[in-house]
Amino acid sequence: MSDKTMTAGEVVSRLASGMTLGIGGWGSRRKPMALVRALLRSEITDLTVVSYGGPDVGMLAAAGRIRKLVTPFVTLDSVPLEPHYRAARESGALELMEVDEAMFMWGLHAAANRLPFLPVRAGIGSDVMRVNPGLRTVTSPYEDGETFVAMPALRLDAALVHVNRADRLGNGQYLGPDPYFDDLFCEAADTAYVSCERIVDTAELTKEAAPQTLLVKRYAVTGVVEAPNGAHFTSCASDYGRDEAFQKQYASTPWPEFAERFLAGDEHAYQSAVRTWHEEPR
Amino acid sequence: MTVTRAPLLPPTRAEYCVIACAEAWRDNGEVLASPMGLIPSFGARLAKRTFSPDLLLTDGEAMLVGLDGTTEGWLPYRQHLTMVTGGRRHVMMGASQIDRFGNQNISCIGDWERPARQLLGVRGAPVNTLNNPTSYWVPRHSRRVFVEKVDMVCGVGYDHAAGARYHRLPRVVSDLGVFDFATPDHAMRLASLHPGVTVEQVREATGFDLDVPDEVPPTREPTPEELRLIREVIDPGGTRAREVAS
Repeated sequence: MSDKTMTAGEVVSRLASGMTLGIGGWGSRRKPMALVRALLRSEITDLTVVSYGGPDVGMLAAAGRIRKLVTPFVTLDSVPLEPHYRAARESGALELMEVDEAMFMWGLHAAANRLPFLPVRAGIGSDVMRVNPGLRTVTSPYEDGETFVAMPALRLDAALVHVNRADRLGNGQYLGPDPYFDDLFCEAADTAYVSCERIVDTAELTKEAAPQTLLVKRYAVTGVVEAPNGAHFTSCASDYGRDEAFQKQYASTPWPEFAERFLAGDEHAYQSAVRTWHEEPR
Repeated sequence: MTVTRAPLLPPTRAEYCVIACAEAWRDNGEVLASPMGLIPSFGARLAKRTFSPDLLLTDGEAMLVGLDGTTEGWLPYRQHLTMVTGGRRHVMMGASQIDRFGNQNISCIGDWERPARQLLGVRGAPVNTLNNPTSYWVPRHSRRVFVEKVDMVCGVGYDHAAGARYHRLPRVVSDLGVFDFATPDHAMRLASLHPGVTVEQVREATGFDLDVPDEVPPTREPTPEELRLIREVIDPGGTRAREVAS
């Protein structure tokens, strides 16, 4: 069986401008930030990003890499409004497909199940229909005759997700309380890249954790990246919580200044710059 | 020997708000109470401690928890969405804008194409309003929130719902009073005034023509036991006063 381990740089080398990228996690929780940072070091741009948005969206928007965003929200959770995403929207820097949280989920389900759409009881009557004139409705063929939104499949060229553990084959495990939609992102994508806190032997995965923590299956995974602290500064329960102090710094620092100090080097340089920042007196 | 307690101080505005929010979940049965904001959270806990003991609560993450924090179930986001579409949930959401038919906006202020202020996004407001009862909480009642027309319909109001089979907006609670849509055309109606608030004050702070009945009852008084629960058990730190000043 194939060893799918690779570096974040190798993941990015397989991505290209113009692609549709799904990014797992939720808000400022378990975001594949090491992969996002690798993406920021590349020249890749003109992306369609599909995400329950957090700082992944904020950073890529600030760096001008997003042409179109598909999302129901963008938030840092403890900082409710994502400042860089706000700036991008208020300056008209990106195209937006704003959909409801459930519509978004069913779009991923449709893609994962190779369906063109799934009916959803959400969206009708709201301005989601006005701002997405391409959305169509479908009428139940049964007696009830109800009208639903036909949520189109959100098929992805690539998915990026972060989990607690993975093996070299691409089996991914989450140890926090919520799987979010990471398995769906992988199944909805042509290629999926899983970063993890630690790569372990397959047998190690279920030594202490229940088998239902094995969220992502290897058939749906193209590459595995070992990225310790790779969700930083978002949370990665149960390995670590959100770095609230650093997130505050991110949210209150002008983007060029933040990028210059923390994102100019590689992932190792980032992690060490963060450590240095934490050691500074404040 | 008889123990006498010091007489309770009269209820504060924040405490009337907790009571008004709690009432939203009365007779709801075994459904998930999803409060957003501090005072609705206290309201849900008060309801569960008193007149609606069967309510389910979450820890705000992925667990169903009892009043003492004991985990009784697993509720990750995707199962939470099933609870919404299955209708076994009553959410009390916030609103950056709300209009007289209950259309709610949390997405952006101004033109959606190029907003003056980008807010959170529609989140789950569209799916909430078409599937489970949706109430609203507004901590600062003003013309900026209670508007003639919302800039982006996220939560669907009665005029946009076209009689959708599971659409129901039980109540709106603000720091001034309680509002419902119990009028022939489902326009917003002043249902009760928090003590100390006048009809004029509410009209002044509302940007649309509000339905006001001839007799407006006061928001009900908390019982001494409810006041004790709020002050000593649910919010002993008094954080409610930060959301609504007295």
